[in-house]
Amino acid sequence: MHRRTFSRKYLGIPYAAFLLLFVAAPLIVLIYYAFTNGQGEFTVQNMTGFFSDPNTLGTLCYSFGVALVTTAVCLLLAYPLAYILATSRLKGKSVIVLIFIMPMWINFSLRITALKEILTWIEGNLAYHPFLNTVLGMSYDFLPFMILPIYTAISKLDGALLEAARDLGAGEAQAFLRVTLPLSLPGIMSGVSMVFLPAMTNYVVLDMLYNSTYIMGSLIGSYFAAYNWNGGSMIALILLGIICLFTLLTGGTDDENRRGGALL
Amino acid sequence: MIRRICRWTVIILILLFLYLPILILAVYSFTDATNIGAIRGFSVHNYVTLFTTPELRDMIFGTVVLAVGSAVIATILGTMGAIGAFYSRKGMASAITTMNQVPVVNADVVTGFSICILLVVVLGISKDTYIPLVAGHVTLCAPFVFLAVIPKLKQMDQSIYEAALDLGAAPFTALIRIVIPQIFPGIISGFAMAVTLSLDDYFVATYTKPATFDTISTYVVNATKGAQTNIKTALWALSTVIFLLVVLFSLVMNIRANREN
Repeated sequence: MHRRTFSRKYLGIPYAAFLLLFVAAPLIVLIYYAFTNGQGEFTVQNMTGFFSDPNTLGTLCYSFGVALVTTAVCLLLAYPLAYILATSRLKGKSVIVLIFIMPMWINFSLRITALKEILTWIEGNLAYHPFLNTVLGMSYDFLPFMILPIYTAISKLDGALLEAARDLGAGEAQAFLRVTLPLSLPGIMSGVSMVFLPAMTNYVVLDMLYNSTYIMGSLIGSYFAAYNWNGGSMIALILLGIICLFTLLTGGTDDENRRGGALL
Repeated sequence: MIRRICRWTVIILILLFLYLPILILAVYSFTDATNIGAIRGFSVHNYVTLFTTPELRDMIFGTVVLAVGSAVIATILGTMGAIGAFYSRKGMASAITTMNQVPVVNADVVTGFSICILLVVVLGISKDTYIPLVAGHVTLCAPFVFLAVIPKLKQMDQSIYEAALDLGAAPFTALIRIVIPQIFPGIISGFAMAVTLSLDDYFVATYTKPATFDTISTYVVNATKGAQTNIKTALWALSTVIFLLVVLFSLVMNIRANREN
């Protein structure tokens, strides 16, 4: 018998402690700050304030609008592309896929800078089309995150299923609608959750493209700049609620694909 | 035939959307132009500015040091966590996995803001100590290392570790010589993931960094809010350099992957 002074499971202790300190504790503090005022007294004012102020409600709606349109644009571009790439028999396919994923690894602020310079050249003044520019910027930023999971899902699809569908008399369109599309749904869900949530919160894209309208993330930014921890915490908490709801609705995501992890 | 044309049209249009801005910027980074669309002569002054301005050099150097440093810490922590969780009781394992999931699905704004509140506002740690910044980046990256290592542990042949113990290896020796080599590809991809996440981060850095320190992201975002023209165009050069590095890195990775197959 070995005298087990060391066991592999003890290795989990530092990480568990780390998660408690930097993941669990900040969330508890966030909840505390969200329900107190500047003097540390309990209040629901931060929450009622958010849900009764037309400005903040407008921000919530605008965020949803930006996120919805961005997700739709990304999906409309990414799905056909992912389908073409996954079903083609090209030789250097892995290289082509890599080319579409590569932008993920280029610093996003520099990529948005590039887009901004081009849009300024085309439009003259960015202020004329704030919503369009924002959606373009977000789609430009997040498109690779939509392509990869859908591509992976369609690639994994069992070709025999499609053959069976055709043998049973399904036309090409029917085979796509009733076999390929439902089976690629997990990939779509992964992609949607990786685009929708950042599109609600990544306010830097709006800032850089001179769109002065707020989205949910900008509210946290402005509370932070004003040292209003209580107000900021409430927004963060509301965002967390939306994220939880969204994760439940999309049934969680395939972690391997998160932010391009599968390719590294 | 029409189908093939359609396919290639989709591929090429999306490629143009993703790469045209970066490529146009790359072309303009080699000119004297201060705006896209203006036609000026060839020049490398942007690259000279990029590599000789101390402010820019420090910013790039700081970003890289921060990324590699936090990635190393995140890789050690995340790998230990994955091994620990994988061999723990079910309750403990699922508690760790659930907490691990929070920074993964959470918006970076919320992660950054909540860490700032805990460390800076509640615990009173000064941002100038870099502790909040490094802690924030490790929190951002470590969960992805954890997620990269877990599948390798699942694929591993468990009996080899047991065999090593039976042959008299101490558990710690068996861990280092048997388990680590088998999950090494996961550790490496977790590390690479951590580096890219840290390099790309804006939000965690803004909420936790010292006022005098800038990462590439925070610097670029501030620079777009009215900086001097020479800095603005030097950033075009930076964008081009990073683009080329990413292409090079992808090529190397692809060649390596092909060789393995």
